[in-house]
Amino acid sequence: MSEALGSPLLGFRATFNIMPTKRYCYTDPEAALIDRLIMDQCRPGQRVLDLGCGDGRLLGRLRDELHCTIQGIELNHKHVVEAIGKGVPVLQGDLDAGLQEIPDGSFDVAVLSQTLQQVLHPKELLIQMLRVAKQALVVVPNFGHWRVRVQLLLHGRAPVTNSLPYDWYNTPNLHLLSILDFRDLINRMHLRIVREFPIIRGKPVSRAWAANVRADSALFVLEHLPN
Amino acid sequence: MSAEIEEPKQREIVQGVGLVQTEFRTLFSADSPLILESGERLGPITVAYETYGTLSPERNNAIFVCHALTGDAHLAGRHSADERKPGWWDGFVGPGLGLDTDKYFVICANVLGGCQGTTGPISINPETGRPYGLKFPFLTVGDMVSVHRELVRSLGIDKLLAIVGGSLGGMQTLQWAAAYPESIHSVICLAAAAKLSAQGIAFNAVGRRAITVDPDFHDGDYYSADGPKKYGEEGPRTGLALARMVAHITYLSDVSIESKFGRKLQHSDQFAYELQRDTEFQVESYLHYQGKRFIERFDANSYLYLTRAMDYFDLAARYGSLETALGRTEARFLVTSYDTDWLFPSSQSREIVAALVKTSRHVTYLELQSVYGHDSFLIEIQQLEELVKPFLSETLRHATKH
Repeated sequence: MSEALGSPLLGFRATFNIMPTKRYCYTDPEAALIDRLIMDQCRPGQRVLDLGCGDGRLLGRLRDELHCTIQGIELNHKHVVEAIGKGVPVLQGDLDAGLQEIPDGSFDVAVLSQTLQQVLHPKELLIQMLRVAKQALVVVPNFGHWRVRVQLLLHGRAPVTNSLPYDWYNTPNLHLLSILDFRDLINRMHLRIVREFPIIRGKPVSRAWAANVRADSALFVLEHLPN
Repeated sequence: MSAEIEEPKQREIVQGVGLVQTEFRTLFSADSPLILESGERLGPITVAYETYGTLSPERNNAIFVCHALTGDAHLAGRHSADERKPGWWDGFVGPGLGLDTDKYFVICANVLGGCQGTTGPISINPETGRPYGLKFPFLTVGDMVSVHRELVRSLGIDKLLAIVGGSLGGMQTLQWAAAYPESIHSVICLAAAAKLSAQGIAFNAVGRRAITVDPDFHDGDYYSADGPKKYGEEGPRTGLALARMVAHITYLSDVSIESKFGRKLQHSDQFAYELQRDTEFQVESYLHYQGKRFIERFDANSYLYLTRAMDYFDLAARYGSLETALGRTEARFLVTSYDTDWLFPSSQSREIVAALVKTSRHVTYLELQSVYGHDSFLIEIQQLEELVKPFLSETLRHATKH
């Protein structure tokens, strides 16, 4: 059943029985597509900060292909060591600590991919991102996707999906939000959505009808409102 | 699992640079002296140094290690087969180790004002034929680095692959970056700061006072008429030992000192109820031992000069701001602090990192976990190796690309 209904991106807690939970992650080609999408938002030579940069893969490409000045922040020690091995400068740190080493306006772009739902204070982090950078690129999972809705509606169970591939009691994903929820927060924070790309089945599209139902996640390009 | 069991054996085999010797080089001269930051002149200056590994034909694999307050040029290996202890960073420097002597040419030199072979207060003042004592000119971290820079140049090296150091050594690495921004490809700055904190100055002050109030201090002129005796045989021994005891506490953490000694008694399971007994607790005995060992290898005047140099160090004040000081070099930085280090707390490393980020320098920073306090960089060698190895390989790759 899960095979039948599961999209490449959305694993499905299949039945009323306790089945082994599918632990989906972005496959490499999908991750590469999202990296590509993020890179497309950056201009050559910009100063880019990647929050939760992992092994520094995206930053390495930004440096090599777009000659960006790069900086990563990553908590996981193993990833930090891998980033060092790629020559990517990285500060080991917790995003909830508030980017304390980063002075105001040090970057052109701050990237936060698939991590906002995992920090304790997402709103505070968005404020911090736009403190240290002119523009924020944020990829958020969309828990308004129809499969998530169906899963909850039919089975009455908290969804286990790619964006949320964990059981509710053991998950780094602290906040469940939809695209509409995110837009609402940005509105309340008096920020501007410069661009928005829904990501449907791993592929970013520039526009989509009913994105809040169809998109697995979305990339938002954010800025302060002009004074 | 098998890998875990085999690894220590392998390390034992590869470890060690073997027998080494200290070399000496004379730099500057009476005619072309070093102009110190204070304006005074000094020359000639003898520098004691050791090298490990081989300088590549392109001369691009040299790493200079700056030692801490009471260190010396003897970084690794042994001077003789029966030397009691190897060099001070022996487990970190050698074939296949953190500073891999199969790949890199590693240099370490005693600092100016030191007492392990480089010109310092115990050296003979050519004008009087007697040891300088307190006639030795006032010196700064900048002066120490100027001398080492000259040594490196005299070895035929224009640009170092890396400058590495912890504590006062880490301060020197920052000074290198500020004073000679084009002479380094990278900086590895461990458990250090861009300025000594008030707390650090305070502890140094206590140490110096212990030395200068010792009745055997004689205004620093305590060397016997026929030349200095062996360390520990003359001078303010009690004061110097006291200074070391205080300082040693600052190198430990409450966790490490508690777990090592707790409230264990030295001689008995019960209190002696005797005030005159000066080693009731084990921790007291340990500190006495540290003091005693220290005076056998260190000169009290050097201690005064070097701690004062450390007090004076303030990169932002010297250059206007940290950004100005560190923003001119293209070098890559690896900065680490330790969570239990209260002498050079992480907040001070974060200041360095913030300045580097602000000026868009290449910086990697980790607050490492260790129970060993400030001394962690000397002890947690494998933790450091894991970071330093890829950092240096990447720096070398980047350096040779251009």
